[in-house]
Amino acid sequence: MGRLKTIARRTFLIGSAAVIGGVAFGVYTYRKPVKNPLEEGLAQGEAALTPYVKIDADGITLITPRAEVGQGAYMVQAALIAEELDVRLDQITADPGVPSAAYYNGTVAAEGFPLAATDDRLIARTGRGAADVAGKLLGLQLTGGSSTVPDAFEKLRVAGAVARATLLRAASEETGIPVDQLSTKDGAVVLPDGGTLAYTALATQAAGIETVQDVALKDPSEWRYIGKDMQRIDIVAKSTGTQEYGIDLQMDGMLHATVKCNPRMGGEMVSYDATEAETMSGVKRVVPITGGVGVLADNTWRAFQAAEAVTFEWGEAPYPSDDAAMWDQVAASFTADRQDSQFRDDGDVEAMEVAVEAEYRIPYLAHAPLEPMTATVLLDGGRLDIWTGTQIPRFMQVNAAKLAGLDAAQVHVHVLVSGGSFGRRLEDDYVLQAVELAMAEPGVPIKLTWSREEDMSHDFPRPLQMARARGAVSGGQVTGFDLGIAAPSVAASQLGRLGQPAMGPDVAIVAGAWDQPYTIPDYRVTGYRVPPMVPVSSWRSVGASGNGFLHEGFLDEVIHAAGADPLEERLRLCWHEPSRRVLEAVGEMSNWGEALPGGRGRGVAFTLSFGVPTAEVVEVTATDRGIRLDKVYVACEVGRVIDPVNFDNQVKGGVIWGLGHAMMSELTYSDGMAEQTNYDGYPGIRMYQTPEIEVRALETDALRGIGEPSVPPAAPALANAIFAATGQRIRELPLNKSVDFV
Amino acid sequence: MKLKVNGTEHEVDVEEDMPLLWVLRDELGITGPKYGCGIAQCGACTVHLDGVAAKSCQVWAADAEGVEVTTIEGLGTPEALHAVQAAWVEHQVGQCGYCQSGQIMLAASLLAESPSPTDDEIDDAMSANLCRCGTYPRIRAAVKTAAAKLQEA
Repeated sequence: MGRLKTIARRTFLIGSAAVIGGVAFGVYTYRKPVKNPLEEGLAQGEAALTPYVKIDADGITLITPRAEVGQGAYMVQAALIAEELDVRLDQITADPGVPSAAYYNGTVAAEGFPLAATDDRLIARTGRGAADVAGKLLGLQLTGGSSTVPDAFEKLRVAGAVARATLLRAASEETGIPVDQLSTKDGAVVLPDGGTLAYTALATQAAGIETVQDVALKDPSEWRYIGKDMQRIDIVAKSTGTQEYGIDLQMDGMLHATVKCNPRMGGEMVSYDATEAETMSGVKRVVPITGGVGVLADNTWRAFQAAEAVTFEWGEAPYPSDDAAMWDQVAASFTADRQDSQFRDDGDVEAMEVAVEAEYRIPYLAHAPLEPMTATVLLDGGRLDIWTGTQIPRFMQVNAAKLAGLDAAQVHVHVLVSGGSFGRRLEDDYVLQAVELAMAEPGVPIKLTWSREEDMSHDFPRPLQMARARGAVSGGQVTGFDLGIAAPSVAASQLGRLGQPAMGPDVAIVAGAWDQPYTIPDYRVTGYRVPPMVPVSSWRSVGASGNGFLHEGFLDEVIHAAGADPLEERLRLCWHEPSRRVLEAVGEMSNWGEALPGGRGRGVAFTLSFGVPTAEVVEVTATDRGIRLDKVYVACEVGRVIDPVNFDNQVKGGVIWGLGHAMMSELTYSDGMAEQTNYDGYPGIRMYQTPEIEVRALETDALRGIGEPSVPPAAPALANAIFAATGQRIRELPLNKSVDFV
Repeated sequence: MKLKVNGTEHEVDVEEDMPLLWVLRDELGITGPKYGCGIAQCGACTVHLDGVAAKSCQVWAADAEGVEVTTIEGLGTPEALHAVQAAWVEHQVGQCGYCQSGQIMLAASLLAESPSPTDDEIDDAMSANLCRCGTYPRIRAAVKTAAAKLQEA
């Protein structure tokens, strides 16, 4: 432990140099990676300058190991490298690279510690440093937790700078001109006479020398990409149908496959009859796999048709079979022996005089990305190749190797762009099914495509949750707030499937609730762990996604009980300056306080999640056809905006995601099976329901991710607006159980 | 049967009731149209039949005979963008991008039929397709830009 502490301290100091020292000054010593995965299999004339930059005579490849699931990760990673490498974004190819410990995520593990983002004490900072160490020791290559930017901001710029410095040295050796008389521009070294040497022409020379380890990063005033509007590197492909997703992969001799597994998650297949299916057109084989069968055919639709023709006897669900039984479990979990955490306990809520008491419920929710789960696998001799969209390439590689009886080194993972994820591709179940099919048909590439029905009935949903809450008021102010939240543990369920231990309390049960920057005299947040039921997983903004509604919905009730103004009282309770600023900003943007005509209402909500304080105001009108969403105002203190266009798109997307699910989505279970199996039963928000959204970024020097933080306040801001417009307080999601929407 | 896709005739040997989507994707290797739901809910599979938007997961192969099928690949290319695609690039609409082929085909069909749609007409028409990433505000803006550009031309 002593050594780990030392490493933690040292790593922390290096890791936060960019934050403390002002980003651009000082010399950065490039930290030797575990092992540069690019060095393996380098061809003659190829130079691997750090694990992130590969150059040969034909071009410049930037390795962008965080998965592209729509959030612009390739773009932001490429821009950070390009900023220091001094190349134009149209001169590079972004490639996710191979799974490697070198691409560990040093930031995401911090979300698992009970450290409030507002906690700047040394112990909290050391804890976050330990997350970096844990990430490095585990070789934790994972995309999630809005961690790509904070993790990459220094790492990738340093990599770009090291590569540039090495190319400069190579040019110096090639020409005999001292490095200090050389400069760079747009992918080339510029000589004193104005002549240029393209980086690509220097690859061979650069490959033969040691990389230059000590580099200085640019002053922010010299940035050409960071903070500027950029054109996404994938935007032309994504506007012309030429972006290749996992589902689009085509290979010679490939078979198209689908699976049908027990719709009771984790239940076994007792028996099956594929007699009819096997005679159907284009069907090659029906193969039993874990919990079901796979159909191998010459066309995906034929495989879907045949899978429907297989008859099954399914085993029982290893959890209560319907919603009523599951809610009973949740309701029975507010007990001392199921208490999981109590990270906040200020004052004495037991002694307070209770003015408001309420129970809140939120349902299971599917991720349902538009591209269903898909993977292509080829097992050939002792080599297994996997092509798929994934957020966890290394875990997947290890699990696939174990399943196929191979070493991880024999498993070659080719990460492809994903048609959405929202956390779904933090699981590798679909990949392992494809491996099972490939094992049954070695030597043949098998592309597994799930039907939408298979996808939705085998999602690992966001867990259902219940809150029991009590509030106290005095003299027009909120004085007491006691929130108990009962939910199954996402960490235990998800890490369990990855074969990783989940120790201690699950922060996700109370994230976005216990860590809010309010000073309330009597203030307690308690998490209760519901025993495992339907296996659950991370869903965009994870714990905060639901807890934002529980905390901010109930806080609104208590504020109204006090007779106070929802925005003014939040500001009075909030001690954290950046959080106050976003609340003030949405107040100003929405003309809060200015009266609205009858039938209209404004609601405000605030959640600090992933380190980003985010406030939202929703305006609605109660029409005779139902509630209409008129306008949303969002302000967040995001740290540094790397790409303003993508920032705007992510914030709006998160708001729409949060609103849409709050309005109309739930996953319910009957007889152990999800009752919603396609977008008819599990509708998404449509354009006509989408309000205008105005976004304001308040910037600081901090480094945060923006893929998730705008989700949690959306649901409570909407529910609070409906209350303001109609007087109806809704404590259960989806809201359309209680009101109609236009 | 014979299918004409993006101006090219193809001979395919498929069941009459195979959805056009899967003929395009798995028989002809034209992967711009996407599978999302198979039940006409999401519109990721939207193509044009004689210039009019249709959800190709609902069109039988046999019914596509004798019809001009246009997919996103036939609308424009990275080198020669259609005005709608150019607007999509200008507004940087796509996030994951998976639904955007269908959105673009739907928008192109809308603008062919109604060159200067009102905001409500845009919302009504475009609500046929689903986007999970929440790119609707940018789709709205891009449709307007494309309409203006097409009006100029």
